[in-house]
Amino acid sequence: MKDLFRGELVRLTLVEPEVGAKASALWQRDSEFHRLLDNSPARLDSEKKIKEWFEKDAEKGFKPERYGFSVRTLAEDKYIGFLGLWVDLIHREAWVGLGIGEREFWSKGYGTDMMKLCQQYVFRELSLERLSLGLFEYNPRALRSYEKCGFRLEGRTRMDTMREGNRVDSLWMGILREEWLQLQEGDGK
Amino acid sequence: MLDIQTQLFESQDLRLGPIDHEKDPEIESKWTHDSEFTRLMDTDPARPLSAAVIKKQYEKLEKKVEEDKNLFHFMIRTRVDGRLIGKAVVQWIEWTNGNAFLRLGIGSAEDRQKGYGTQALQMLLRFAFAELNLFRVSALVPEYNEAAVALLRKFGFVQEVCRRSALERDGRRWDLYTFGLLRDEWQNGHTGQAER
Amino acid sequence: MKDILTGKFVRLSAFDPEEMSKAWPRWYQNSEYFRMLFSSARPLHSPKAELKWMEEEVAEMSPANYSFAIRTLAEDKLIGELGLEVVDWSGREAFVGLGIGETEYWSKGYGTDIMNVLLRFAFTEVNLKRVSLGVFEYNPRAIRSYEKAGFRHEGRLRNLLRREGRRWDNLFMGILREEWLELNHN
Repeated sequence: MKDLFRGELVRLTLVEPEVGAKASALWQRDSEFHRLLDNSPARLDSEKKIKEWFEKDAEKGFKPERYGFSVRTLAEDKYIGFLGLWVDLIHREAWVGLGIGEREFWSKGYGTDMMKLCQQYVFRELSLERLSLGLFEYNPRALRSYEKCGFRLEGRTRMDTMREGNRVDSLWMGILREEWLQLQEGDGK
Repeated sequence: MLDIQTQLFESQDLRLGPIDHEKDPEIESKWTHDSEFTRLMDTDPARPLSAAVIKKQYEKLEKKVEEDKNLFHFMIRTRVDGRLIGKAVVQWIEWTNGNAFLRLGIGSAEDRQKGYGTQALQMLLRFAFAELNLFRVSALVPEYNEAAVALLRKFGFVQEVCRRSALERDGRRWDLYTFGLLRDEWQNGHTGQAER
Repeated sequence: MKDILTGKFVRLSAFDPEEMSKAWPRWYQNSEYFRMLFSSARPLHSPKAELKWMEEEVAEMSPANYSFAIRTLAEDKLIGELGLEVVDWSGREAFVGLGIGETEYWSKGYGTDIMNVLLRFAFTEVNLKRVSLGVFEYNPRAIRSYEKAGFRHEGRLRNLLRREGRRWDNLFMGILREEWLELNHN
């Protein structure tokens, strides 16, 4: 049985309130990062508030509908981002949201590595039927990464986000279990 | 032209209104026992609920409307005798992006095929675009809900997303569609709006 | 979409704590009945005591828990209750528990009908892979009913129960999604 949490560049690990809050507070200040990730207005929360939020979440204990991971580099064990899964237990679908807060790790394959670990977890460990995600049309870097991972574009909700006076579309992508399994066979894994 | 005379909450046969905490729970409880209805309306497993539980849900709902400020909930009644026939929501409102999701359901089979869905959706759209000033509205519809797909298409909604095999019911997978309607599209084509 | 709450003789309806808290003491007064359901001696609770924890569970509406009241189609009479609890999401397995408190409805096919409705719900609405149950060795009526519904014997927990001066086994039964689909391919 291979290690599900170890990729080629990163590993998935647990969410640590103290470390997570410190990093999140810094990353929040990067408005470009927020705007690539989230369609709600950019905000600036105190480290204290974020830590409380993490701790409250941890108190809830394990819930099969929700998985949260921190992402660290294998090389230096540096905390560079996060990955979250929301699971629909009845229909066996998961939504993924991920972000790399440390800019110097953009466009270097880290996102793709994270997503591949995520897919493996969803299909091999959680045994779900599909994995979905949404992204903004102004995020071509993410689109390329997700296409590389086998996600298919399933549509665009027109002009559902407004930023800098422009109305932009959201793109929606999905990958099915069979499709992912076929990709694995193709790679001879 | 600024038309404030046309009633937002009344159509030919229907009226949108608030919850009647005394009378509605019993009726809505009946709807939840009709799994043909719940399975069209909801993707969660059918779950029959007692009037007492529904009553508590109403209280939570009104609290949510007040606190979250991103949700409007309406009960649909016939104008002639005030009978509860369905409900409608404008939910997940994102004020900064000007969008929201709509949901509507006519609770019992006898009340369907009477044009009530059309009237209710018409009022809901006018409320969303002309009162909440939203830029677009969306609706999520499973592939198997043909009546809903037809109703949305009638109003000019465009099928924008097809989430393949997103649902499982009756032993098979089904697609889930996202439909969207922009304000311009609504303004240019909204059906049956009476000239007053 | 098909109706999945209705069977041949019964329908599944809301588990109403108010109504159930009054029915339980009446049903459990019948010691033959509660000895079929419970492995240990059970004090007779008042309706008020039962009500509170029932209300909490019903309000939660977790995707892992489904409680139903069972009513006859003929007279809409409350005759029993049914519960489905998902114990493992990875394996998509749930345990079922059912009881017909109104004894005049025993041995008339109601148990099998209820179980068929439940299995259809489990496999085509909650999308599970297997349903399990435990039944006491001294309850041949229920064992027969479950066999008819398609459950297979998978094992016994030996000497789990002790009643009337001797030990009894708890039988473990299960049915798989594929098996149920095969039995019900119409």
